[in-house]
Amino acid sequence: MSILAANEEKPLLQVRNLKKYFPITNSLGNVTGQVKAVNNVSFEMKEGETFGLVGESGCGKSTTGRTIMRLVEPTEGEAIYRGKDIYRLKGNELMSIRREMQMVFQDPYSSLNPRKRIGHILEETLKIHHIGNKKERMERVMEMLNRVGFQSEQYYRYPHEFSGGQRQRIGLARALMVNPNLIICDEPVSALDVSIQSQVLNLLEEIQEEFKLSYLFVSHDLSVVRHISDRIGVMYLGELVEEAETDELYGNPLHPYTQALLSAVPVPNPAVKRERITLKGEVPSPLNPPSGCVFHPRCPHATEICKQKVPVKKMVAKNHAVACHLYV
Amino acid sequence: MQEKLLELKNLKTHFQTERGVVTAVNGVSFTVHSGETVGVVGESGCGKSVTAESILRLLDEKSTRYEGEILYKGKNLLDFSISKMQEIRGNDISMIFQDPMSSLNPVYSVGNQIVESILLHQKCSKKEAYSRAIEMLRLTGIPSPEKRVHEYPHELSGGMRQRVMIAMALSCQPRLLIADEPTTALDVTTQAQILDLINELKLSYNMGTVMITHDLGVVAEVCTRVVVMYLGQVIEEANVEMLFKSPCHPYTRGLLKSIPKLTGDRLEKLHVIEGKVPTLHQVPKGCRFAPRCEFASQKCIEQMPELIEEESGHKVRCWHFKEIIGTGEGHYVNTSS
Ligand SMILES: Nc1ncnc2c1ncn2[C@@H]1O[C@H](COP(=O)(O)OP(=O)(O)OP(=O)(O)O)[C@@H](O)[C@H]1O
Ligand SMILES: Nc1ncnc2c1ncn2[C@@H]1O[C@H](COP(=O)(O)OP(=O)(O)OP(=O)(O)O)[C@@H](O)[C@H]1O
Ligand SMILES: [Mg+2]
Ligand SMILES: [Mg+2]
Repeated sequence: MSILAANEEKPLLQVRNLKKYFPITNSLGNVTGQVKAVNNVSFEMKEGETFGLVGESGCGKSTTGRTIMRLVEPTEGEAIYRGKDIYRLKGNELMSIRREMQMVFQDPYSSLNPRKRIGHILEETLKIHHIGNKKERMERVMEMLNRVGFQSEQYYRYPHEFSGGQRQRIGLARALMVNPNLIICDEPVSALDVSIQSQVLNLLEEIQEEFKLSYLFVSHDLSVVRHISDRIGVMYLGELVEEAETDELYGNPLHPYTQALLSAVPVPNPAVKRERITLKGEVPSPLNPPSGCVFHPRCPHATEICKQKVPVKKMVAKNHAVACHLYV
Repeated sequence: MQEKLLELKNLKTHFQTERGVVTAVNGVSFTVHSGETVGVVGESGCGKSVTAESILRLLDEKSTRYEGEILYKGKNLLDFSISKMQEIRGNDISMIFQDPMSSLNPVYSVGNQIVESILLHQKCSKKEAYSRAIEMLRLTGIPSPEKRVHEYPHELSGGMRQRVMIAMALSCQPRLLIADEPTTALDVTTQAQILDLINELKLSYNMGTVMITHDLGVVAEVCTRVVVMYLGQVIEEANVEMLFKSPCHPYTRGLLKSIPKLTGDRLEKLHVIEGKVPTLHQVPKGCRFAPRCEFASQKCIEQMPELIEEESGHKVRCWHFKEIIGTGEGHYVNTSS
């Protein structure tokens, strides 16, 4: 159970002790180990909430999202959506959950079929779920294209004719097509200039209000995450090491990794030089995670206990949990 | 003064499409000296990647036509033969692509792909190339690189794939690096590491860099000069301090205002530049930004302004920038602290 148990309301999604390990093979195809991509992750999301997920490249954010979507099967653990464990669903029930949960993929190009026109790619999602007749579907596609900042004539163009940021907005439009409840947004604005990014973020907020949507929002842009999220989880090497409400996390980051992360945000002002906390040492590998606290080899505050004992996640302030031996 | 490495002179790139010819890059000129990092920013779809791909002539030349000049060390790359271009790519100029998945081959391990590119451009044994590949991956911060080299692109995270591309581009010590959104998939600490790595190469080999990015924080940290593009044209160019301190073009001003902040009221609605970017089939005849510009006059709608040098090193394409600066409207808001 997540220790940030939702107070009154029933949570929309409860992720419990989720694990996803991938086998690793050598050039001969023999399994030589495993990547602990997601290791015992638990959190909850309320209806209408935006939960931000941040952390080092390769720490398991996308895998967490993909496992919740059941695009990959978990190694262990549960993901309970409105009281039902996603990993136990079959047939129609799974299909209907697939409509309620959508994902915006991190790599927009590889998720768009290069031989299909954009309009048709968007329409496909409606077809899969048997929504509307041909005319209604076309109207819906046009409406969505307009909402993400395109002109209707772009309906007929192919993916390669779009720029990186344009493709990203197509990915978003596709996720919005079927009126989902929960959208897992994996870096949905990373390729956008700040002005279009603002438009897209405003759009996400508008439709969130309109339809009480929830977002699991993965992003490296800490200003964006701050703007959009109600709560934020910080991941490091497959584990969720800190979790708090947004203002609390930015105002009072506790985990040394979170502190280092926040100190490294580049400042959009050439006259300002910020003091960055540089992480020393080699990046540890999910193939062979360090003993004790996974962050200890790079932690400026590490002591003997950090090498030996895995810290348990504790609630140290109101709705603020951290897994670190500094806080006892 | 450093050597002029790259000089774009009135570059135009036209695409043949089903619905006629579109001009994605329309008269772009700028210069990159060795040891210098020039930032290119601008609205999504304004032609940054097409400019970059044009420099290396990577676009399908059956449906693409170039105009103008792309001078690399004084020689026009548009006159080069295919085989001579091949020599330039990777050896002299390398590129980090915006979309790693579409430029990595899914059926080869990442190690093989880096090794192949090293062998193509450098004289060394396969074994040496392999250890060089592992070393490059290590430098980009990929853990256990000796194991990871055997993996396929789909087995890596988004940011790792991006770093594989970076490793590949940097493995041959290019004279000129064209980096198209090289750190979008990276967290800020890994990003800092990559920017440091690029900076080291710049210092030790006097490498010149074209840094395409929409992250204005990155621009502020690493660029010496900045080119701002809008709908296929350069609309402003300045050194980095000047651009942030006194942006002239209304688009640049709007852009700087739209940066989400790390402090202050986070629930405030984000600033947007109103209106939509026209498609390339319906380019306005006057100033291309006029339909979205709050200062647009009749003149702006009818006549296209030229890019003029307002003061030394600061160029702007706008009829009214002097008055606009006067109003203080859209002035730079301090986003730091
Ligand atoms: N092969 C092509 N055929 C037709 N149009 C194209 C082609 N490639 C790109 N375009 C168009 O050219 C314009 C410029 O695209 P480009 O990829 O250079 O934009 P960009 O500035 O890199 O944008 P982003 O920041 O979103 O990556 C876009 O309007 C795009 O739709
Ligand atoms: N299909 C797969 N096979 C093997 N390993 C995988 C696979 N997918 C992911 N991994 C590994 O799992 C780990 C976590 O990857 P994931 O994509 O979840 O990271 P991420 O946090 O999204 O990183 P980024 O910010 O770079 O996108 C990485 O070490 C990655 O190489
Ligand atoms: Mg990812
Ligand atoms: Mg681009």
